[in-house]
Amino acid sequence: MLTYQSVSELCQLAEQEGRTLSQVILSDQAEQLEQSEQALYDQMAARLQVMRESVQTGMDPQLRSASGLSGGDAAKMLRYAAGGGMTGAFVNGAIARALATSECNAAMGKIVAAPTAGSCGILPGTILSVLEAGQCSERQAVMALFTAGGIGMTIGSRATLAGAEGGCQAECGSAAAMAAAALAELRGGTPAQSAHACAMALKNQLGLVCDPVAGLVEVPCIKRNAAGVMIAFSSAEMALAGIESKIPVDECIEAMYRVGTALPSTLRETAQGGLAATPTGTRLKKELFGGRTHWRPAP
Amino acid sequence: MNLFDMIGPVMIGPSSSHTAGAVRLGYAAGKILGEPPVRAVIRLSGSFAQTYRGHGTDKALLAGILGFAPDDVRIRDSLSLAEQKGLRYEFHCEDLPGAHPNTARITLTGSAGKEVTVQGASVGGGNILVSEINGMAVHVTGQSNTLVVLHRDKPGTIAAVTNFVAYSSVNIGNFRLSRPQKGGEAVMTIEVDGDVPEALVENLKILPNIIQIVLIRAV
Repeated sequence: MLTYQSVSELCQLAEQEGRTLSQVILSDQAEQLEQSEQALYDQMAARLQVMRESVQTGMDPQLRSASGLSGGDAAKMLRYAAGGGMTGAFVNGAIARALATSECNAAMGKIVAAPTAGSCGILPGTILSVLEAGQCSERQAVMALFTAGGIGMTIGSRATLAGAEGGCQAECGSAAAMAAAALAELRGGTPAQSAHACAMALKNQLGLVCDPVAGLVEVPCIKRNAAGVMIAFSSAEMALAGIESKIPVDECIEAMYRVGTALPSTLRETAQGGLAATPTGTRLKKELFGGRTHWRPAP
Repeated sequence: MNLFDMIGPVMIGPSSSHTAGAVRLGYAAGKILGEPPVRAVIRLSGSFAQTYRGHGTDKALLAGILGFAPDDVRIRDSLSLAEQKGLRYEFHCEDLPGAHPNTARITLTGSAGKEVTVQGASVGGGNILVSEINGMAVHVTGQSNTLVVLHRDKPGTIAAVTNFVAYSSVNIGNFRLSRPQKGGEAVMTIEVDGDVPEALVENLKILPNIIQIVLIRAV
């Protein structure tokens, strides 16, 4: 389907043509989907708008998930961010956006999976923060989502994006890698710098397990979105400073896949290992689902 | 897989594989039944069995069977909506050997008594793969509009179907044939580019040796 099979091929294409990654990805998709570039741009702009609405929904201090395990933390973070905290309003605002989107998701609200619902807070936490700080235009923010999407497709085709197959590194790890590449481009980085940013983000989450308490996309998923935002920013900043990943990005993607397949199934979204299997994780599961049997009789 | 599967889908949370993908699996099963469902028996395997309640996978599968899209806000109420619409349901957890971790096996009975069993998996990011219909291997991703043609294994049947598709100027992107037994029932899975005119489906139905045709539109 794609005319490029790896991130390095994608970068080569962009550099040969003197275009940005987002332009190459947009043109390729317009051709593949037999639609105009403008039509695809409009669809992506609509998704950026849904991201904004998810952030808004998630900032509600009263919001709670059906389980009651999550909700209201984004509002706390937003209040704290207003005071600047240790790292300033920008960083804390970005964390608040990531939490808000993920809490909206946990409450069965409408979100944009990016690439999955469990990791839906990382792109809004990064791209919307740069946009709302006035560091880029709306158009640049929409185009950044194309960069992120193109990286995501490559990871999906060479590895996996599913926690059940590759653990959290495949979900939050991939989302942070997509965001890191997009951020590098947003701030004027070269395609190679985006590739290094992507590689560094993946490397920093290698081995991250998927261990949701009670099987819910809440604990620890929501806070891992905040961590993913920080990894995306630090990776992009390092790449923009000229720091390179010693391991090329495509090899990092392959390593992520191999690590994922080596994880036992207890650490791949089955809620049987890691934090889910701690005494508190087990107690929360029991409190939520009690002794109910695993089937529903026909009424 | 396209770009809007990466930055997307726009969906109701909390899980793309266990909620949005489950809606799409249920939707495909409902389309394959082709009449209003009155009974659903759903078997969940692997991670689906372990975590369905927390992810709302049960609500999502039923919502899909009822024809809802993955971004429909009614998903969270689908259990009660199913009862209102006269759809009885039951969920069972059992291990389906060799199946993808997120697999559901859905047996639906329609209002006119038709019964179908559809097995499929949610393969990540809301994407699905329907692998079996009534015991026959198929390959439906729901990415493209897909014609599933149940037919008798007689000479010329495939040529007749693909000729009709060609006459409608519809291009075939992927073609798969499953035939468990020579001369028995067989299934063509035909993924096409772009839209499928309703007239094409109606015309295909009158061809000899065709038992049933289902058009599963991309969701």
